[in-house]
Amino acid sequence: MKTSQFIDLLSSDVQPVRRGIVGKALAVALVIGGVAAVILMLITVGLRPDVFQGAGSMLLLVKLLFTLSLVALGTLFLIAASYPGRNVRRRLAFLLLPFLAIASLGLGAILLATPMTRQDMIFGPEWLTCLMCIPLFAIAPFAALIWALRMAAPTDLRRTGAIAGLVAGALGATAYALHCPGDSIPFIAIWYGLPILLWTLLGAVLGPHLLRW
Amino acid sequence: MNVKSAERELQALMTEGLRGDAAAYKALLSKLTGHLRAYFKGRLARLGRGAVEAEDLVQEALIGIHTRRHTYDPSQPFTPWAYAIARYKLLDHLRRTRVSIKDLPIEEADDLLAHDDLSDAESAYDLQMLLARIAPKMRQAIQYVKLDGLSVSEAAARSGMSESAIKVSVHRGMKALALLISKGRPS
Repeated sequence: MKTSQFIDLLSSDVQPVRRGIVGKALAVALVIGGVAAVILMLITVGLRPDVFQGAGSMLLLVKLLFTLSLVALGTLFLIAASYPGRNVRRRLAFLLLPFLAIASLGLGAILLATPMTRQDMIFGPEWLTCLMCIPLFAIAPFAALIWALRMAAPTDLRRTGAIAGLVAGALGATAYALHCPGDSIPFIAIWYGLPILLWTLLGAVLGPHLLRW
Repeated sequence: MNVKSAERELQALMTEGLRGDAAAYKALLSKLTGHLRAYFKGRLARLGRGAVEAEDLVQEALIGIHTRRHTYDPSQPFTPWAYAIARYKLLDHLRRTRVSIKDLPIEEADDLLAHDDLSDAESAYDLQMLLARIAPKMRQAIQYVKLDGLSVSEAAARSGMSESAIKVSVHRGMKALALLISKGRPS
């Protein structure tokens, strides 16, 4: 068809523009995804009995700081990535910070520990459950984020998908933290970090298929 | 007309268009088309591809710009936004037709405004075939309002739908067309 005719067609569509919709959709996705992850956690492994008391609560703070900082920084990237033409490189760099922080703390903890306790630190209780549950809990958040991003106009689908996966993984990890009996920083760095990176990779693979517009 | 004044004009037209000025929006699309056509023809010519394929891309970019216009921030420059969409559609098209993307030159957003191609060309997309594939209600609304040239109130009277229902059907029809076009033309 002739482009002039096509332009006639397009300009007949005069629905008013809903500007705030991308931000609202992302917010909704985070809430719904997060709630779904927590519900799944409650159904499968259940809340840790002393989750808000005792020594575990200190480490819970570290876990939540790690996962929620990834959610926050990742979301800032996703917001920028939703609008064509915005420079997102800086926001991408910031995402490394939580990983660097927990990795260096974890490394320090390992080096300071006696060789005997290192094994227990790294292969803490339920590491396999952790590795399996976090990716599972991340499924609903990922689906919700993809739903929100499909209302936007991301121009680098691989990168946007990857960060959506990262945020989803971090939300899954947030939910798991409320159950997790593991209480060492190296444990958190490895068994929270790996599933989140796994979902980042998965998001990068799925992005070009799910986000195309 | 240099790049700066072209940018100013496009930004003004887009801002007016987003506020509901249909004439400004149509002018925006028409002016932008000249730049898009020159941009795509230039990039495709280097790969030995022709004008019809370039026109497919022009229309793919236009409908992308149209359906995602809510992602343009009127307080920001227009060209980087439009250019990002044009480049996205170009890379998507090349990926679908399996061309090596490494051969593309490094570009800047202003490259989009550097040239103008005002010929009215035809793409390989067939509007009637596309319309045949969307829901009857949407197709009828588009047929009345755009192809038959009826006003919204005339179309409402003729179809028995309310005026807002007509507008919603046109809007949804456009989204459906965008989805069909994003799947590429059957080759």
